[in-house]
Amino acid sequence: MTVVPDTPAPPFRLPRPIRLIGGTALSLAITILGLLLVTFIIGRVVPIDPVLAIIGERATTEQYEATRIALGLDEPMWKQFAIYVGDAVQGDLGQSLRTRREVSEDIIRYFPATLELATIATLFGVLVGVPAGVLAATRPGTWVDQIVRIVGLMGYSMPVFWLGLLALLIFYGILGWVGGPGRLDAGFSMMFELDVPQRTGMILIDTALAGEWAMFRNALSHIVLPSAVLGYTSMAYISRMTRSFMMNELGQEYITTARVKGMPEWRVVWVHALKNVMVPLITVIALSYAYLLEGSVLTETIFAWPGLGSYITDALFAADMPAVLGGTVVVGVVFVTLNMASDLLYRLVDPRAR
Amino acid sequence: MTLLSVKNLRVTFDTEAGKVEAVRGVSFSLGRERLGIVGESGSGKTMTGRSVLRLIRPPGRIEAEEMRFDGIDLMAASERQMRALRGQRIAMVMQDPKYSLNPVMKIGAQLTEGLRLRDGMSAKAARLKAIEALEAVQIRGPERVMEAYPHELSGGMGQRVMIAMMLIPNPDLLIADEPTSALDVTVQAEVLSILDGLVRDRGMGLIFISHDLRLVGRFCDRVLVMYKGRVVEELEAKNLMNATHPYTQGLLNCLPRIGGNRSPLPGLDRAAEWAE
Repeated sequence: MTVVPDTPAPPFRLPRPIRLIGGTALSLAITILGLLLVTFIIGRVVPIDPVLAIIGERATTEQYEATRIALGLDEPMWKQFAIYVGDAVQGDLGQSLRTRREVSEDIIRYFPATLELATIATLFGVLVGVPAGVLAATRPGTWVDQIVRIVGLMGYSMPVFWLGLLALLIFYGILGWVGGPGRLDAGFSMMFELDVPQRTGMILIDTALAGEWAMFRNALSHIVLPSAVLGYTSMAYISRMTRSFMMNELGQEYITTARVKGMPEWRVVWVHALKNVMVPLITVIALSYAYLLEGSVLTETIFAWPGLGSYITDALFAADMPAVLGGTVVVGVVFVTLNMASDLLYRLVDPRAR
Repeated sequence: MTLLSVKNLRVTFDTEAGKVEAVRGVSFSLGRERLGIVGESGSGKTMTGRSVLRLIRPPGRIEAEEMRFDGIDLMAASERQMRALRGQRIAMVMQDPKYSLNPVMKIGAQLTEGLRLRDGMSAKAARLKAIEALEAVQIRGPERVMEAYPHELSGGMGQRVMIAMMLIPNPDLLIADEPTSALDVTVQAEVLSILDGLVRDRGMGLIFISHDLRLVGRFCDRVLVMYKGRVVEELEAKNLMNATHPYTQGLLNCLPRIGGNRSPLPGLDRAAEWAE
């Protein structure tokens, strides 16, 4: 008797883009869950009693117990974590002890300032850093290379608070070319709060949408200096990395091919080589952007910039754990999301990774 | 008629460890014929080929008493003149298509960029011409290959694309630098016969650089044998078996032969005085 083997049905497979995005979303979810676990554990481990922090030290034992139960602290750990995750997913990160507002509400107020600053700083870093790195790589050992090297080295080694103070002193204090600390002049600040619909919380975008061009120009004059100071650091990093990636690509054989074909030098460098340089550079740019999005505490302090960095620092000094942990979760989510975005972008630029 | 004449070519690299002379006084001339350049790794054969295109990267330096291509003084030519020559009249096929094709550009874009940028051809016309060139190197489904990226092609396919790309402008001189060394043996013969056919049909000059003396002997009219940056022997390919120089004889004897005896192959003699 012969046994006819069953031919197995071909396994069902989703279309490739869906699998790709699905896989990315899944690993995003897992990473964020891990992040929440870490902040949850930190919240239980720190020697700050969340109940005392709310009701104060002179409360009675009954009040203490009632608040403890209201906060769900009598539940088993796993259930507390489940509630925490459930709340976080719905955007509820608890209430700040310092501001008495929802942490999520606070973050919506502070994060756009950081986002605006970090984006402009990164734009500056890329638009200056990449060409500078390319110029240095194509002229190694010349004065152009030396200048890029020295300017970059200064960006690395000068403390940002000192650079910020110096920049404020020169360009605001002495020359008066730019606006001073803060996001707007005091007069405009009030007008912005009252008259301009805050669609994104980013002043440049909101004022442009509302057609408030005087206010837009004022905001621009305020953001130029802090974003240049922040962007200088990321420009230094990006230009160094671009230079070394570009040097490496220019030694490759396909560059010789392009030259054999009689392609002009600009095309060899800015098209053939740069397309390949973009592959590793995307990760570098995304990481330096993510780093700036965490909120640069020193820069925000010097320029009185009400961003995420100063929000978390202030919360930390006030032992405001919900705000600290909530801010940490947001920073973590931003970091993970940017990483995923750079992964997806990477595939777009490099056909071998698809 | 002489297409290319080279007299006393030198390629020097000024490195931190001192001067390295990769090519030390090489002379040859070439008509519309096939010239083979043979030698071990580091004998200067690749540098000789690239010097003709003036594509030696700093710190490398090219010096020559004379280097003339079709009446044009290559040593005195401006970079702009060189670019015009490179694109149109002198082409080069390199060793490994894995590295010599741009990994992030589609084959189609790489094939047509010369036509579009230099000859100002329309996208459509350039595409047609590129497809024609792919057909000439016997690629089936050229439309599909145009849309592919280099990593999606096999080595043999990649090298045929490379040959197609270099022959599109119909050059007068083709430098083939170990064009089959990176390929599987079965594919080698195929690629060689395609190259052979195209060079013969179009009557172009060919410099065929290889370390395989027998292959060069079959494929070329004339052979230069290089050793440590110098030409030690120049001879007609048909007289290869009567080579007089001990280094050439050594190169011939160090290859195994099917059906030959299985005693250890003789090592290659490298006497210092041959390099003088």
